Amino acid sequence: MARIESEIGKPQGGFLKWIDDRFPLSETMRYHATEYYASKNFNIWYVFGVLAMVVLVIQLVTGIFLTMNYKPSADEAFASVEYIMRDVSWGWLMRYLHSTGASFFFIVVYLHMFRAMLYGSYKKPRELIWIIGMLIFLVLMAEAFAGYLLPWGQMSYWGAQVIISLFGAIPFVGDALVEYIKGDYSISDITLNRFFALHVIALPLALIGLVFVHIVALHEVGSNNPDGIEIKEHKGPDGVPLDGVAFHPYHTSKDLVAIIVFLMIFSAVVFFAPDMGGYFLEHANFEPANTLVTPEHIAPVWYFTPYYAILRAVPNKLWGAVLMGAAVVLPLFLPWLDRCRVRSIRYRGWIYRSALGLFVISFFALGWLGLQPSEGIYVNLARLFTVIYFAFFLLMPYYSTIDKTKPVPDRVVYHG
Amino acid sequence: MVRLCGYGLPLAALLMSSLAFAASGGVALEPAGNDVSNVASLQRGARNFMNYCSGCHSAKYVRYNTLAEGLELTEDHLVEYLMFNAEKTFETIRSTMSTEDGGRWFGQAPPDMSLIARSKGTNYIYNFLKGFYLEERSPTGVNNVHLAGTSMPHVLWELQGYQAALFDLPDDSEGGAPQFSEFESVTPGTLSPEDYDAFVRDTVNFLEYISEPIRGTRRVLGVWVLLYLTLFLIIASMLKNQIWKDVS
Repeated sequence: MARIESEIGKPQGGFLKWIDDRFPLSETMRYHATEYYASKNFNIWYVFGVLAMVVLVIQLVTGIFLTMNYKPSADEAFASVEYIMRDVSWGWLMRYLHSTGASFFFIVVYLHMFRAMLYGSYKKPRELIWIIGMLIFLVLMAEAFAGYLLPWGQMSYWGAQVIISLFGAIPFVGDALVEYIKGDYSISDITLNRFFALHVIALPLALIGLVFVHIVALHEVGSNNPDGIEIKEHKGPDGVPLDGVAFHPYHTSKDLVAIIVFLMIFSAVVFFAPDMGGYFLEHANFEPANTLVTPEHIAPVWYFTPYYAILRAVPNKLWGAVLMGAAVVLPLFLPWLDRCRVRSIRYRGWIYRSALGLFVISFFALGWLGLQPSEGIYVNLARLFTVIYFAFFLLMPYYSTIDKTKPVPDRVVYHG
Repeated sequence: MVRLCGYGLPLAALLMSSLAFAASGGVALEPAGNDVSNVASLQRGARNFMNYCSGCHSAKYVRYNTLAEGLELTEDHLVEYLMFNAEKTFETIRSTMSTEDGGRWFGQAPPDMSLIARSKGTNYIYNFLKGFYLEERSPTGVNNVHLAGTSMPHVLWELQGYQAALFDLPDDSEGGAPQFSEFESVTPGTLSPEDYDAFVRDTVNFLEYISEPIRGTRRVLGVWVLLYLTLFLIIASMLKNQIWKDVS
């Protein structure tokens, strides 16, 4: 297999050498890009990691510009967002990119996580990558939650009210904890200011740090692939995995195509349907926060609704909150819950395939139910799907061992 | 004290959570059928708003000069026909009535109209403005089928006239509130029903426009962005194919 000769990383003189004598620039480029080999048979599921990076950059850049005109004050926040939308040059674009970016962040991250479940990417030796990824997911949820309070609309206020009040269910310390989080007896200017601090500095800093560690850990063990086999086990005489191609320029050129397709979908929303019929920007959030008037319908933004449905499925407040928390955290234990030695779904049996299918159905169903009124048939359905959701994880140590697997090929399947 | 509205109140509201626009008393909404790209209609809507609404309702995020630009009006027209309550063209649309007075006179201050079309939806406003009916018990003499007990008087009575609302009584077995069935004209207004609909439609159109004045800009820009990305996609695909062609 012929390879494109990379100029980067070859010993040379001049400026690059001057840098390399003082900083491992060429070495880093080789290690992470031009000589980082990943399987040549990556499919569409393998683009969501890089897309998450793209969205992260969009959020950081647009966030910086929004911060220049946003005022974190209960009196001025709502008006400053409208000021950005109407009076600041290109402010509307920054705001829509940021609000659309929040939803797309979750779309790509959910798909990225699902890819790991399809191909067993969380299994040994990639457990730590998975755990770091789960931490990224938790920080992302906190980041989104804090950010949602900032426009200071009705849904910002009352949504935060509902979620923060959940901490009040914790025995003994609950009330004190709620007060501690709010910094006040009710959600106020003080709460808004601390959420702003968390949203623009503390959590993004944590997010960037975790993403960095996520990639360092990935490049240490190497990427998984749709066949779930180690490409490092078959190396050519030059020490390069036979089924691998260099991240740059092979995967970067492929990712570029994916990024453009993604940006087209993203732009279609930003320019033609920024509120996505109330799913990305909720209608009630165009009314300023009013502490005296509860909106008729409080619904979290769509990316939280599966967990929200689980919360509401339990009649007891404390246990509802516990179950919701468990639903978020449980995937973290997947590397140990899954006892099957085969990684990829391609070679796993019908039991895991059905279980994963049921899990996906229950996740979507819960997401939909989280938007419905919590009454009658909806509650019972939410309970049913909550049971399926938890059964997927909790019964996995059993069903993953009895599942009949197919023989795993030696080399990756690739149809040039 | 902390728990006062901690869980019970929001959760009660959550029980009815839905993405739908604010409910309108369960009465079906006619589509507003307005078109924000129709500048003539927006100009008429601006006239209607300034003459009939802006006495009580502000649109405090909307500046007169940017409005004039968007509605293709000259500054002279703006000052002569629309600016009743401002000195400078860069000012925002404030109502004549103060919030305190509004609160005292109506029980609650009339809401700002800048974003009403985005929070309530155009169909709701269109139907609300057509939904006033005579009710003697009410302090304003009217009620509204889409917002029972509204404190807003029928400001447009001269144009629409007054109407009565007919309600169907539910079966005894089921109980529940009477269901609105239809309107019946009591006193005709100066406008025919069709002209009144057009008047309200223009007004709603204006409200939708001011709720997001850059709407037209973003749509035009969006087409260019997608065209650019399509071109970029073609080039990037060719590059990718070139780089990958020797991978087997």
